[in-house]
Amino acid sequence: MTEWFGELAARWPEMWPVLWLGTLDTLYMVLWSGLVTVAVGLPLGVLLVATDRDGLTPAPVLRAVLGAVVNVGRSLPFIVLMVAVLSLTRFITGTTLGPTAAVVPLSIGAIPFFARLVETALREVDRGVIEASHAMGARKSVIVVKVLLPEALPGLVASLVMTVVTLVSYSAMAGAIGGGGLGDIAIRYGYQRFDDYYLWATVVFLVLMVQLVQSAGDLLVRRVSHR
Amino acid sequence: MINAVGLHKAYRLKGRRIAALQGVDLHVRQGEVYGVVGRSGAGKSTLLRCVNLLERPDRGEVRVDGQDLTALGSARLRAARHGIGMVHQHFALLSSRTVAGNVAFPLEIAGVSRVERRRRVAELLDLVGLADRARAYPAQLSGGQKQRVGIARALAPRPKVLLSDEATSALDPATTAGILDLLRTLNRELGLTILLITHEMEVVKRVCDSAAIMEDGSFTESGRVSDLLRTPGSLLTRSLFPLPSDPPPGTVALTYPDGTDEPLMSQITRGFDVDVNIIAGALEEVAGHSVGRLNVRITGERRAEALAYLADNGLLVEEVR
Ligand SMILES: Nc1ncnc2c1ncn2[C@@H]1O[C@H](COP(=O)(O)OP(=O)(O)O)[C@@H](O)[C@H]1O
Ligand SMILES: [Mg+2]
Repeated sequence: MTEWFGELAARWPEMWPVLWLGTLDTLYMVLWSGLVTVAVGLPLGVLLVATDRDGLTPAPVLRAVLGAVVNVGRSLPFIVLMVAVLSLTRFITGTTLGPTAAVVPLSIGAIPFFARLVETALREVDRGVIEASHAMGARKSVIVVKVLLPEALPGLVASLVMTVVTLVSYSAMAGAIGGGGLGDIAIRYGYQRFDDYYLWATVVFLVLMVQLVQSAGDLLVRRVSHR
Repeated sequence: MINAVGLHKAYRLKGRRIAALQGVDLHVRQGEVYGVVGRSGAGKSTLLRCVNLLERPDRGEVRVDGQDLTALGSARLRAARHGIGMVHQHFALLSSRTVAGNVAFPLEIAGVSRVERRRRVAELLDLVGLADRARAYPAQLSGGQKQRVGIARALAPRPKVLLSDEATSALDPATTAGILDLLRTLNRELGLTILLITHEMEVVKRVCDSAAIMEDGSFTESGRVSDLLRTPGSLLTRSLFPLPSDPPPGTVALTYPDGTDEPLMSQITRGFDVDVNIIAGALEEVAGHSVGRLNVRITGERRAEALAYLADNGLLVEEVR
């Protein structure tokens, strides 16, 4: 054991720059795909709730189509989805390699996931409050912006945290097909070169990252919750 | 102020048709407190929700302050709703906003400026006695305080009409009394017309000028409470003042709708030579009037004449069998 740590200490100066760059790549992927996911997934989740039978603007056909699309996205394993959207990735980013290219499948994978979580969070909002807003003469857009979203905020933040954690793990998978980041390092150094030091170091980095996101998220949920 | 004519509303639930309103006529005068009482499922909430068109009646017309709401488009309906406040059984406050934020919400909807909103919110919180809780969140308030916020919110856009759906049903008796007194005060001081629904007779007794009894989607009786108290066989009177359960033969229930100074009992014993035996009696406050209720046993040759004399003197006389 002490031997193992001694070896690690000796190799650390050589490993650190690789791990640090991998960490930055992972953060880059998670950040951008997270932004895209919120930008698309949040409106999608609102739409799923609003178009429902007892929603703000019932639209059964649209609702059925959106639901089906989301379900397809949810049922594809991420690794399959990544390969399936390769040509789209090339079309959008001009390449299929590297962190920027990985943002495309990561976003596509996380959007339906996040949209369903948003849907669930919005359904938690007290129907009585929505009815009261109608009685006060609020228009639908006002109800979404001033009632639905703020009332569901704690749930929405929790959904975002869960999505970011999922994105960290997806991003590691993206590394397997050349997406870069910590996953890429684990595969190239750890798996292909049988270098256990890299393998365990990336595991520790990923675990730390997830822990950090989760703790910060929990703190934020508590801050925005007034129930 | 509120005139609804021929309201019908049916719901479909799993292929079954539930007739919630079956031809209700509702007339609420300007400045009065009107109570609709009835058991759970009678259609009270549906009726109330038809008044501000949260629920669109299948048939019938709803006029509030002279305006036919059923004829309005969505934008004008929303504008009309600023003039109709609503208070809810479970308060329906925004948990994400403070007390002040909740009261400001309808003003934001109505496009009132920030400065004016702040002024109005302070004024309203004063009115309902919650000035010191402006920055609290609803979760930190008691039920009674939450309902006061609900009332302040409903009053914010200066409505002419307040609708109350079981506003006190989730509250304990002492808190209920406080909220009812507040509604009564608002009615008197602001000239606010209030339509409230409840399953508690006590509420009608305490605050209502007029009342209707609702059963299976229609009114079985309606009118001014003081008139109903004079009406023989009135269900309202009967619920407010239950008859003795096992009365001796010859018992008569006497209601004094206006109270009285006349010593009527001694007058009939002397004038008609009857014996009067008092079984039970009570004096109650109904809608601000004292109403007396006496269960008496009257015996003697000229009993019928004595009863007629009492009726002539403004008493409601009911034989108990
Ligand atoms: N949205 C709805 N869908 C189906 N049935 C309803 C709905 N709202 C009310 N009802 C039915 O209509 C009847 C009257 O309900 P409601 O007006 O809530 O009565 P109350 O307020 O007097 O308890 C009940 O039988 C109830 O089950
Ligand atoms: Mg009800």
